[in-house]
Amino acid sequence: MGRYVIRRLLQMVPVFLGTTFLIFIMVYALGDPVLAFFGDRTPDDATLAAKRHELGLDKPMWEQYVTYMGNVFTGDFGTAFNGQKVTELMGHAFPITIRLTLVAITIEIVFGVGLGLLAGLRRGRIADSSTLIFTLIVISIPTFVTGYLLQYFLAVEWKVIDPAVSADANFSELIVPGFVLAGVSLAYVTRLTRTSIVENLRADYLRTAVAKGLPRRRVITVHLLRNSLIPVVTHLGTDLGLLMGGALVTERIFNIQGVGFQLWNGVLRQNSQTVVGFVTILVLIFLLANLLVDLLYAVLDPRIRYA
Amino acid sequence: MSMLTKTGDASSRGGAGESSTAPLLEVRDLHVEFHTRDGVAKAVNGVTYDVSAGETLAVLGESGSGKSVTAQAIMGILDMPPGKISQGEILFRGRDMLRMSGEERRKIRGQKIAMIFQDALSALNPVLSVGYQLGEMFRVHQGASRKEAKAKAIELMDRVRIPAARQRVGDFPHQFSGGMRQRIMIAMALALEPDLIIADEPTTALDVTVQAQVMELLAELQNEYQMGLILITHDLGVVADVADKIAVMYAGRIVETAPVQDIYRRPAHPYTKGLLESIPRLDRKGQELYAIKGLPPNLLHIPPGCAFNPRCPRAQDVCRADVPPLHPVTEQDGTELPGRGSACHFWKETLDA
Repeated sequence: MGRYVIRRLLQMVPVFLGTTFLIFIMVYALGDPVLAFFGDRTPDDATLAAKRHELGLDKPMWEQYVTYMGNVFTGDFGTAFNGQKVTELMGHAFPITIRLTLVAITIEIVFGVGLGLLAGLRRGRIADSSTLIFTLIVISIPTFVTGYLLQYFLAVEWKVIDPAVSADANFSELIVPGFVLAGVSLAYVTRLTRTSIVENLRADYLRTAVAKGLPRRRVITVHLLRNSLIPVVTHLGTDLGLLMGGALVTERIFNIQGVGFQLWNGVLRQNSQTVVGFVTILVLIFLLANLLVDLLYAVLDPRIRYA
Repeated sequence: MSMLTKTGDASSRGGAGESSTAPLLEVRDLHVEFHTRDGVAKAVNGVTYDVSAGETLAVLGESGSGKSVTAQAIMGILDMPPGKISQGEILFRGRDMLRMSGEERRKIRGQKIAMIFQDALSALNPVLSVGYQLGEMFRVHQGASRKEAKAKAIELMDRVRIPAARQRVGDFPHQFSGGMRQRIMIAMALALEPDLIIADEPTTALDVTVQAQVMELLAELQNEYQMGLILITHDLGVVADVADKIAVMYAGRIVETAPVQDIYRRPAHPYTKGLLESIPRLDRKGQELYAIKGLPPNLLHIPPGCAFNPRCPRAQDVCRADVPPLHPVTEQDGTELPGRGSACHFWKETLDA
């Protein structure tokens, strides 16, 4: 196992460098950051050149990349155009997004697995078909529609919640955004759990568990769920990475100043340092989440061994 | 342990001291059908058999003959729906299990009646250690602690002669060989020293040398604990050594019953005869092997009359019209042959042929 982890970590190096380089190119393809810096005013060429030289933007692309990565490894992600350190922005944005992700993933586990188990155990009955229809509806509706609808009814019409999340973004404020964010994935978790449950219900070892005279509750929790949740857990692991970076829409709707919000602003204002910095961290999170999933898989299923 | 046997005794030994002779398990006129999209499949059509303590009943038949379904009905692990027990009784120590509550039946499972499954690899839970799965029996039925359960699991593994039981108790099913896995299944069935064990083709998934070892072990343990054993198989070779009596099944019915030696010498049903003739024999080397022609019947459309009639060399018009009852088989002069029965209109002719 130890050797496997080391090999996987080493494999991450080229993947990390490759993806960050691509992001680097992409950001510069968006437009000239120096022009964007001046907004509506058009500066003269001399000022532009001086600014470019000051920021090191007149050097070739690869040299800029090497300098940037060198800085990143010393913990310097550069400075956003408003003068704030990018690391400072991260320090504010990531805790909020992590909280939102935790809320969303909890909702996915509780409701997704719960509904999936219910549907799987009552296959072909009303509970099953209604869950199927429910998940179909949730999957078909884009996040921004559910987001704006919930915001409109809960906050504007019924005044149950505040339409915008405060800058602190504590857990109670994040419940409704969490549901919006979890929505589509929750539906997938429900279906995945259901399929897995139905499949394992037919397994021979489940029949053995019944033949051993185990109580129904034990048959379901120890024997059925333990096996059925293996694919679900791995799905949730990859979801962790997705939720961290994919909250753009939800964070915009509820004005949550997390990672997605900062990324959105960064792209909009061609704030290249912010965008590249945040995405670099997200790439790392993705890679680590994937490793975690693979390791978790071996823990859950003893038949899988890594050498 | 004593606490467990007490409850069983109280309910069964009520009769006038005949508990030693009364059969442990009696299946009476059992009918099981499966409601499928294509119609009703009649898997078991009036099976009657019994097993006493220390006795081995071999249930013989092709796949689809209803032998496993009968066993599942006894165990109470039939998938219902689509399965349905439409008629009959299953008496365990004189009490009809089909009328018991779910909780009462659960307490019998594993504790009084245990089952050994065919393919141990799929019948054992792949993600739980064998020690856990064995220990679960003691934890659930006897309230043993984790530690006690583990100790008992090691003891059991030793009992079925798994080498280095102490080191291997934490291993998972896929880490054992096929023979060892089947031993673990046997250990699991044996855990609470049940009164009756149902072994559903326990050796089918194993290679021949291991088959013999496993059967030997099973017979030895059965003898030691004086358990009743229902051995479900399609292998006539396995049966001869272990069984006391045989029930041959065809299309969900018992077509012949007999003490084990009698059936090999003088079968009284053309189907049994066909099965015996299709065993390869050394003294008939070089000759073509006999095979019963045709296929087992479709359970959705069982032929009228005797279900075997389309494949039977002896079939007459009566066989296509009337279902033969299980006739008691006697000698030509009328002397009774104990324990023998044949569901053939022409049992007399078959017996002497």
